[in-house]
Amino acid sequence: MAVRKKSSREEWEEQSQAGKQPARGRGRTISGMPIEPLYTPDDLRGWSYEEKLGYPGHFPYTRGVYHSMYRGRPWTIRQFAGYGTAEETNRRYKFLLSQGQAGLSVAFDMPTLMGYDSDDPLSRGEVGHCGVAIDSLEDMETLFGGIRLDTITTSMTINSPAAILYAMYIAVGEKSGVKPAQLGGTLQNDILKEYIAQKEYIFPPEPSMRLVVDTIVFAAREMPRWNPVSISGYHIREAGSTAIQELAFTLADGMAYVEATIKAGMPVDDFAPRLSFFFDSHIDFFEEIAKFRAARRLWAHIMRDRYQAKDPRSWILRFHTQTAGVSLTRQQVENNISRTAYEALAAVLGGTQSLHTNSMDEVLALPTERAAQIALRTQQVLAHETGVTETIDPLAGSYYLEHLTDEMERGARRYFERVDEQGGVLACIENGFFQREIADAAFEFERQLEANERIVVGVNAYQEKEGSPVPTLKIGRETEQGQVRRVKAVRERRDNTSVQNRLVELKVAARGSQNLMPALIDCVRAYATEGEIMAALKEVFGVYREPILF
Amino acid sequence: MGPGYTAGVSYDESEMNLAGDLLAGDVRALARAISLAEDRDPQATALVAELQAHTGRAHLVGVTGSPGGGKSTLVDALVRVIRERGRTVGVIAVDPSSPFTGGAVLGDRVRMSRHTLDKGVFIRSMGARGHLGGLAAATREAIHLLDASGRDVIVVETVGVGQSELEISSLCDTVVLVLMPESGDAVQSIKAGILEIADVYVVNKADLSGAEKARRLIQDAVAMAPKKPWQPPILLASAVKEEGIGPVWEAIESHRAFLRQSGGLEERRRERLKQEVIALVAESARDDARRAVEGDTPVGRLLRDNRNGRLNPYSLAADVRAMRPARGAEN
Amino acid sequence: MAVEKKVAAGRRGAHQKWRVLTCKVGLDGHDRGVKVVSRALRDAGVEVIYAGLRQTPEMVVEAAIQEDVDAIGVSLHSGAHMTLIPRILELLKERDASEIIVFGGGIIPEDDALELKRLGVAEIFGPGTSLQAIVEFVNRGFQQAA
Repeated sequence: MAVRKKSSREEWEEQSQAGKQPARGRGRTISGMPIEPLYTPDDLRGWSYEEKLGYPGHFPYTRGVYHSMYRGRPWTIRQFAGYGTAEETNRRYKFLLSQGQAGLSVAFDMPTLMGYDSDDPLSRGEVGHCGVAIDSLEDMETLFGGIRLDTITTSMTINSPAAILYAMYIAVGEKSGVKPAQLGGTLQNDILKEYIAQKEYIFPPEPSMRLVVDTIVFAAREMPRWNPVSISGYHIREAGSTAIQELAFTLADGMAYVEATIKAGMPVDDFAPRLSFFFDSHIDFFEEIAKFRAARRLWAHIMRDRYQAKDPRSWILRFHTQTAGVSLTRQQVENNISRTAYEALAAVLGGTQSLHTNSMDEVLALPTERAAQIALRTQQVLAHETGVTETIDPLAGSYYLEHLTDEMERGARRYFERVDEQGGVLACIENGFFQREIADAAFEFERQLEANERIVVGVNAYQEKEGSPVPTLKIGRETEQGQVRRVKAVRERRDNTSVQNRLVELKVAARGSQNLMPALIDCVRAYATEGEIMAALKEVFGVYREPILF
Repeated sequence: MGPGYTAGVSYDESEMNLAGDLLAGDVRALARAISLAEDRDPQATALVAELQAHTGRAHLVGVTGSPGGGKSTLVDALVRVIRERGRTVGVIAVDPSSPFTGGAVLGDRVRMSRHTLDKGVFIRSMGARGHLGGLAAATREAIHLLDASGRDVIVVETVGVGQSELEISSLCDTVVLVLMPESGDAVQSIKAGILEIADVYVVNKADLSGAEKARRLIQDAVAMAPKKPWQPPILLASAVKEEGIGPVWEAIESHRAFLRQSGGLEERRRERLKQEVIALVAESARDDARRAVEGDTPVGRLLRDNRNGRLNPYSLAADVRAMRPARGAEN
Repeated sequence: MAVEKKVAAGRRGAHQKWRVLTCKVGLDGHDRGVKVVSRALRDAGVEVIYAGLRQTPEMVVEAAIQEDVDAIGVSLHSGAHMTLIPRILELLKERDASEIIVFGGGIIPEDDALELKRLGVAEIFGPGTSLQAIVEFVNRGFQQAA
């Protein structure tokens, strides 16, 4: 019998097994997908360019949402910043704008995020710590003092009280003669991922969804340059999910907003073009790029096929990216600069519209000015020196990457089915499905680290003796005391009868089903504080308590 | 000794202090006494015996049902209603322990967080620690201790699997069965014969579809059972939205009133006493048996040395029973 | 017959378990760390009582006493550690419960960690701490490694 001639693939396989250094490594992505040592055309059998990729700016947008991508305009460098008082943060913003940043991104402190005024007992020790403290319209006026709101775009990272801060931004614009229609920016306003991951919820899901829908409808009618919700996978990922879970749960949330807004009576093409997304860029390089590409393809199909959107602008998934905070290590802090750089590169190769790069010291405390500067420069080096902006979606056609992109899509679709089976996103929040999936993934990741199945430089390999402490930024107690004085002064100065009446009107509106934005704008104009407005809404909506899951 | 626990001299005098402080309403004494019971410390037995005269006043309410049915949310809502009616509460929330490590994550407090600073509410989480039946071995003692400390109402929340429902009915005056609106839950409960032990039924999450259907299923099942003097009510509620909770509490109270009038309370408590004796004897017998089989005893040595596996369990059991365990052979 | 202090007794028999209250104080909701640690402690045989998010120092101390725990593990990322953790220690002292060990985790700068230890916190576990280190700390009876 004649011996069949070995194929070149078989020959390679033998060599790679027999060689002095057989193919090694963990062989799995962070999401647990197996990785072969080699990918070839065999892995893309039956794969169609037209169906899977198409051209940039064309369905299904795998290669990018715009025709010219970074050739036309590079991504927006958008560094998240805010700390202490509105006055200090305002100075930082002016500095960042002078350094070439095109948009602002506001970080609020915990009391603001949770709807408490700075003088609330629960705010003790947290005023101005993780962001800027905003109690009333007066603080917001200070925050944007001397900045022309019609020349910049502003992103505000806030969720449960998002509609109130949105109302304040509109009111600040009004006072300086800028109409709502001229304001551009983004509200994070993604309450679903709060129940799933970040846990900064206040009201139960149903009234929370109503607030989100009210802002979506308001923006669609009055503010064509505004993105009323930034559907966020970032926090889902930071809570320990895998890339596939981040992708699947985020898009599932997106579908829930689309469905709720359609149900409120707005045609899909009237609001869908203004929905935007926010993803994490983690350290598993190729998997992240695949995730971004799969996200665009999935969303395009979902919007066109599931919701019958006709306007191509409804099909495109635009997104902001932040590098992974959880990938940073306390040990050998400087290594975080290179981690962040790789993650930034993945985001750009994945076609992000805007990017925040973390500062190396964020794992320890608030970033120092020096560390924030390096983070900004990391993006500038990427944009101007590496040549990544020169050609669109340069990794397309890679056997490995296309295989991985397909796998991400498949994994996400499997999750969509499981969510649908359980009755949708709200049902899955209530029964703890998302939370349990994430907790299991987080625990598995830690276990792999403990077992040395995964190496983190400086943590479980290449350790060094602890060096001298890295200088960190501290917020003094004066910030809290000053802010407490300011909010008390506002309450004395304003017309309290008017505040009282606006709050009652808000409650009445909340009991009905009308859009709450006009009543909220009236409240902030009268200098009602955030805490007072939230208290009024809590009276009507109640508060949420999380299901217990381990 | 490390830092942090050199100071403070609270309860290291004698158990007399513990009993006295517990009766005086001291929260630390109560908490420590429950720990002793959980650790199966002989002092706990002595303490419970000593406090016997001070027990029997509290209304003992068991809350059971499948996991995920919203038991702790219902308990949280009930606590609020009970407090609004001016009565004090003790809650014992039992969660499973890991069968492999004996550890546990007890999360029921999360739902009841808002009552933490209310002096009229005492909440204790318990790991089942290997005890079968949805309760912990120390649940009995904990009930007595809470009772002695003067709590008006004691709510026991079970793990909610298997036969816990039967044990809870021997421990409590009134058993509340929480059911999910999915009819599968009701059907399972009917099949398992659990419905018969409940004094009050609550179909929770009544805002979801299927609640009314589940209620009718239970109603039919109850109607088919032999007539009993107490007709258990079937109520719809939403624990999360705190809707329909007042009627649940009123049903619990009417059941207690019924027991009082009909003499059923005495009967229940006699039955409970019997069950407690059985449980205590069984527990110590199980411990003795384990020592005899695992310890340095003739039977233990034989079991370890035996290589051919040809031993008769019946005769060995007879040997163990015939043996008198030496005193002080702890652990 | 003396009732010994739980930790001082140090002995854990067949029916005895370490009991640890884990919780988040402050307003942030980052519960990944505290949940992973809770699960790891459970797997090490500890009875963990999870008290949940947004606990005030007053709530933490009350829950710790009712649950009669050996230790409290607090996690926080909001930057309020220098306000909230000392307050917990203070309240424990007021309740004559200073034998309850306090340890912490989250984003806490090193110099703050040193100060907290000086005030009586047994250990601060920063980001990147191995679960094994935390489990060993508990198994040593809540003492720092020699």
